[in-house]
Amino acid sequence: MIEAHELTKVYDQFLAVDRVSLSVQPGTVLALLGPNGAGKTTSVRMLTSILAPTSGWARVAGYDVVQDAEKVRASVGVLTEQHGLYERSKAVEYLDFFGRAYGLPKQARRTRALALMERFGLTFALDKRLGEYSKGMKQKLALVRAMLHNPPVLLLDEPTSAMDPQSARQVRDAIIELLGDERTFLITTHNLTEAQELAHQIAIIRRGRIIASGTFDELARRIVGDPVMELRVNGVLNGLAKDIADMVQVEGQGESWLRYRVREPQVTNPALIRRVADLGIDIVTLAPVSQTLEDVYLQIMQEDESKEVAHDSHR
Amino acid sequence: MTAIAKPDSSREAPAWRKSLANALLVTEREVKDSFRDWRILAPIIILTFLFPFLAQFVAGQFTDFVSNYGAEIIGERTIPFLLMIVGFFPISISLVIALETFVGEKERRSLEPLLSTPLTNTELYIGKTLAAMIPPLVSSYGGMAVYLGSLVLGDLAWRPQPMLVLQIILLTTVQALVMVTGAVVVSSQTTSTRAANLLASFIIIPMTLVIQGESAIMFLAPDADSPDGIGSLWAIIFGMMVVVGLLLRVGNSIFNREELLGRMIDGFNLKQIAAGIWRHIRWGDLRSTERVDAVAWYREGVAGSLRRLGLASHVTVLVVLVSILAGIYAGLQPQYQLGLPRDIGMMEVTTNLDMASRFFFGEQPVVMSILVQNWRVLAGATILAVFTFGIGALLLTPIVYVLLGYLLTQVIAAGYSPLLFVPAVLTHGIVEIPVILLATAAALKLGAVVTRPPANMTVGQAWTQTLGDTIRLWMGLILPGLVVAAVIEANITPLVVRAVLGGG
Repeated sequence: MIEAHELTKVYDQFLAVDRVSLSVQPGTVLALLGPNGAGKTTSVRMLTSILAPTSGWARVAGYDVVQDAEKVRASVGVLTEQHGLYERSKAVEYLDFFGRAYGLPKQARRTRALALMERFGLTFALDKRLGEYSKGMKQKLALVRAMLHNPPVLLLDEPTSAMDPQSARQVRDAIIELLGDERTFLITTHNLTEAQELAHQIAIIRRGRIIASGTFDELARRIVGDPVMELRVNGVLNGLAKDIADMVQVEGQGESWLRYRVREPQVTNPALIRRVADLGIDIVTLAPVSQTLEDVYLQIMQEDESKEVAHDSHR
Repeated sequence: MTAIAKPDSSREAPAWRKSLANALLVTEREVKDSFRDWRILAPIIILTFLFPFLAQFVAGQFTDFVSNYGAEIIGERTIPFLLMIVGFFPISISLVIALETFVGEKERRSLEPLLSTPLTNTELYIGKTLAAMIPPLVSSYGGMAVYLGSLVLGDLAWRPQPMLVLQIILLTTVQALVMVTGAVVVSSQTTSTRAANLLASFIIIPMTLVIQGESAIMFLAPDADSPDGIGSLWAIIFGMMVVVGLLLRVGNSIFNREELLGRMIDGFNLKQIAAGIWRHIRWGDLRSTERVDAVAWYREGVAGSLRRLGLASHVTVLVVLVSILAGIYAGLQPQYQLGLPRDIGMMEVTTNLDMASRFFFGEQPVVMSILVQNWRVLAGATILAVFTFGIGALLLTPIVYVLLGYLLTQVIAAGYSPLLFVPAVLTHGIVEIPVILLATAAALKLGAVVTRPPANMTVGQAWTQTLGDTIRLWMGLILPGLVVAAVIEANITPLVVRAVLGGG
């Protein structure tokens, strides 16, 4: 698991990460989202014991990132922002080198490398020089490298960037499969659809600070409010809004549809359906109006920017 | 997928063996990579297998040419000189490989995956240093072997002095080490190979001067044909080994994850650095930064700077004691004794002292002359220390103590009481000697801190903090101490000396 408490990093006078606290349980994915330069990479580097925190502490896979730096690095698989492959090496040599660096025995190195290369559809390119790999292949190979030593914690920076949709699907499937082994994932990405699909928890970082965190539902509820449902009927509504006003808060309506906000859809919706049916109105569809992570993210960023402007003008 | 792996510590090899194996793992990969680059491979092949024959041809032609004019000795000495050149050309590639392997990897962003592995900073550093050295050294040794073989078996039938050949091999090796370890220091301060290549002139230029010096020595040294090798080349080898040792330490402290990834642009904000140093001089170590009074500044600030001198002050005292003993030892050697007259009158002594004083400080031995003289030596030692990792501080100021020890023995050998020294030295020395020790220790610390910065500090942070400490010590203790010592030396010491010697 990953635990961080008030993790801070200052470069000379520049505050890159400001009191970041995180807790990621085994078998879950945390998506760390934020604009470029927000402090995501520095946070990941501190969690992988590459950079030492200026203050605060973190434990990864049970080890302290400062005291047990080597054990942390041995327990973590890292996909760096830039895949950084050795272009003159062949994939087999490349993976063998990293396998040895992680202390894997010869047989295990070979078996793991072949299995992962097959898993990501790269077996055909085992003997190719990495300079000949396409962008997507390089990204997949970098992922293979990160998973090679079978780490309990994986920190992946933009895991599917530069990949075609099919390859990206392969990667997401692999992550979901690995979650079954109680592995812990921290993903930083700008792909919000992917984050919404994979992440159990989301943390949004801006200017080094975590400005919002929680599950998607929690964030959506907090930022956008209760879920919105859309009811479509056969024919016209005929004053239906008034008839259900005691149950839900109607947000808008048209000739044959209306939208309402509801705190507990699983309780309210069945009762509402019964009432509409009693009124003799035929329901065509009742579906949630989808709230995307993008909506939530943009709203959070906008609110934080407004707060900052207000704070600056107050000063 | 497979079950989660845990770091296995049950069957670990001894730490040093594991570290060596890890370092060699990095070396192996990088050497393989170098040999796949034709830009490195082509010069290595040419310099190993073709250049030695060219050198042998030149040696033959040159020997024939100079022998026509009766200058056979120049021809003879050209042969080992060309051996050195044959060895040096390939190792110049080590600089290119070193820059490539350190800053090149940083530029290609392939360093971070490597830094994410459990390999330690030292393992990575050793591995990469060896990787930068092995291909050029193999080429260099190979080239020298080819050249020697062609000389021994060819028309020249030259029989080399084994010790001279050993010296050239050692010189080649330490030169490669200096270039590679220097390149690591340069690489760590830059983020691009372009910038690193520009900074590499700080390595190339001194190295070229060293090679020129070595060449001159090989032609001109009186012991050029000695079976024990050329004495001054041994001195160069030793000196360069010291430089390598220091550069290795600097490299090892600079080559760490924090320094490598913390520096993203080659920026240099002089204003910000100066402000940081000034902040440290003024506020550093002070419990309260709201109001600074002189007492708090001395009690907390200057005391903090003194505490941080730590080992440097112990080393300085030790070196000074050794210098005095060395002076005494030299003074006891019959061949170095001055043989001072035993029946010299006290008036003559004081007159000589006056003459000496006028010689060093001008006609009027005023406070300012003494102050400037002492300041010049200590400031010079400080500046020299910065460029010599502190060694300069331990070379310049202790010379005074060597002379002191030497003169003491001469005075005693002439039959005078050693107590004669007391008024001349200790009257002002009671202030001056601690000040000199302090300035020397501060200079040593300023130069040496880059070789081992304190934990949790980058080299840059440690150096700027130590510079702040040095300036603070100069402002608070050294300069005031030198002024007091100069006032005593100019006004009180002569009176005490005359009183003791009875010169009136």
